[in-house]
Amino acid sequence: MREAIIPVQADALVGEAAKLKVQGYRLVTLSCTELDETSIDILYHFDKDLALKHLRLTARKGEPVPSISPVYFAALLVENEIQDFFGLAFEGLAVDFKGMLYLEEEAIKTPYCRFSLRRPATAADGENSAEDAGAQGAAPADDGASQSTDIPAAK
Amino acid sequence: MRKTVIPFGPQHPVLPEPIHLKLTIEDERITEAVPALGYVHRGLERLADVRDYHQMIQVVERVCGICSMIHAACYCQGVEEIMGVEVPPRANYLRVMWSELHRIQSHLLWMGLFADSFGFESVFMQFWRIRERIMDISEATTGNRVIVSVNVIGGVRRNPDAEQLRWVLNQLDWVEEEFRRLEATMLEDYTVKKRTVGKGVLSKAQAYELGAAGPTLRGSGVAQDARQIGYAAYGELYFEPVVETDGDCYARSKVRFRETLASIDLIRRAINRLPDGEVRTKLKGKDNPVGETVTRVEQPRGELLYYLKGKGEKTLDRVRIRTPTFANLPPLLVMLPGMYLSDVPVVTLSIDPCISCTER
Repeated sequence: MREAIIPVQADALVGEAAKLKVQGYRLVTLSCTELDETSIDILYHFDKDLALKHLRLTARKGEPVPSISPVYFAALLVENEIQDFFGLAFEGLAVDFKGMLYLEEEAIKTPYCRFSLRRPATAADGENSAEDAGAQGAAPADDGASQSTDIPAAK
Repeated sequence: MRKTVIPFGPQHPVLPEPIHLKLTIEDERITEAVPALGYVHRGLERLADVRDYHQMIQVVERVCGICSMIHAACYCQGVEEIMGVEVPPRANYLRVMWSELHRIQSHLLWMGLFADSFGFESVFMQFWRIRERIMDISEATTGNRVIVSVNVIGGVRRNPDAEQLRWVLNQLDWVEEEFRRLEATMLEDYTVKKRTVGKGVLSKAQAYELGAAGPTLRGSGVAQDARQIGYAAYGELYFEPVVETDGDCYARSKVRFRETLASIDLIRRAINRLPDGEVRTKLKGKDNPVGETVTRVEQPRGELLYYLKGKGEKTLDRVRIRTPTFANLPPLLVMLPGMYLSDVPVVTLSIDPCISCTER
């Protein structure tokens, strides 16, 4: 990558984002990549006068990540998207779709993870459980090699 | 006052693609808009796990039909950067030519749909009639009308000769002449102005802060266009972004109208300065991509960003695509409150929403 990447810890993330906003940076987007069974890499891309700056946060699966949507409202959709696809839970989201921006309740695994996470049980539990739906073939395509572990429910 | 919630979409006469907006209204005015996505989500990014980095070109071209060439150009640009591949100058100029042809046909398509959104069907027909000529140019120079498939890692796969390029220039003269005939109607007509001026206003500060992209950003007075970065051959072609300051539907349509003329001009200059030589660098002996990059280009709807990561294998570790409509949805949610329900179709179309891109 041509531009510098600044590593950041979860507890300092919102403060760093707020500093960039004061400096006149706009949020472009977030890019999320699964690193291994336990961790996920999130890059926050900011732009000012067509020059990019990136923050890098390595998050642990199953642990909540602070949302920057109270600082940058533009983050709300992409953070919800990451909740759907990677199973991370963002705390303090401006609008929280609770893992169902794209996916339906029947989707039982996080579709963009090779080491797949089991999505939290939803209102469908009971008479028509998420696992039942998966057994009927409604779950997203799996590559067959993925493993599955439970994660806590998104806030 | 009593609140009513009205679903707008996913199927609506004005929407070419499915998006759902949950609109809360009081009397006839919108007080809140909440989007719902997922009707055309295909999980294309995930295909990077099973398709090698060459095959992914065909995948990213199918993110969106209207700007397929620009998706592929952005992806190839990123992989070329990771692999250290230098693209021949002629290929860079040809990428500009085909990118601008895509921009023109996309803007013409949008202007037709936009006119249709407020019932001006004859203008819709006229813009689409002109657009057909651009599709003919694409077919003649690439072999395809929509998904043109000209990009490869290291350049392009087609090399139009001088006679073809002269024909392209002649066709563009016809397109410009016909297009300018619609200027008075699109920009001065009473009905058009009545439906667009002062509707869906987004201030300069809001557009910037909410991460708007493309004509939505420039229509609010922010002079930012990814082509200013100078990728492909844009750095060698004089280029200035088209900017309007009112931030309403009219300003956004004016930006697209003027950008169409600017694109015609860019193609002419690219063809006139087209260098001789090869159009493709051979990758023989190159290792698989290792490393990560963020690369950006300007789509018709705005800035397109690709994050690519390779670990030295045939398949990439990650292909992440941020499309301009995805960036323009938060601004849309700010534009709609305060609008009459009858203005929702016009305001929604003013960001030129591409849901196929957005959901990937």
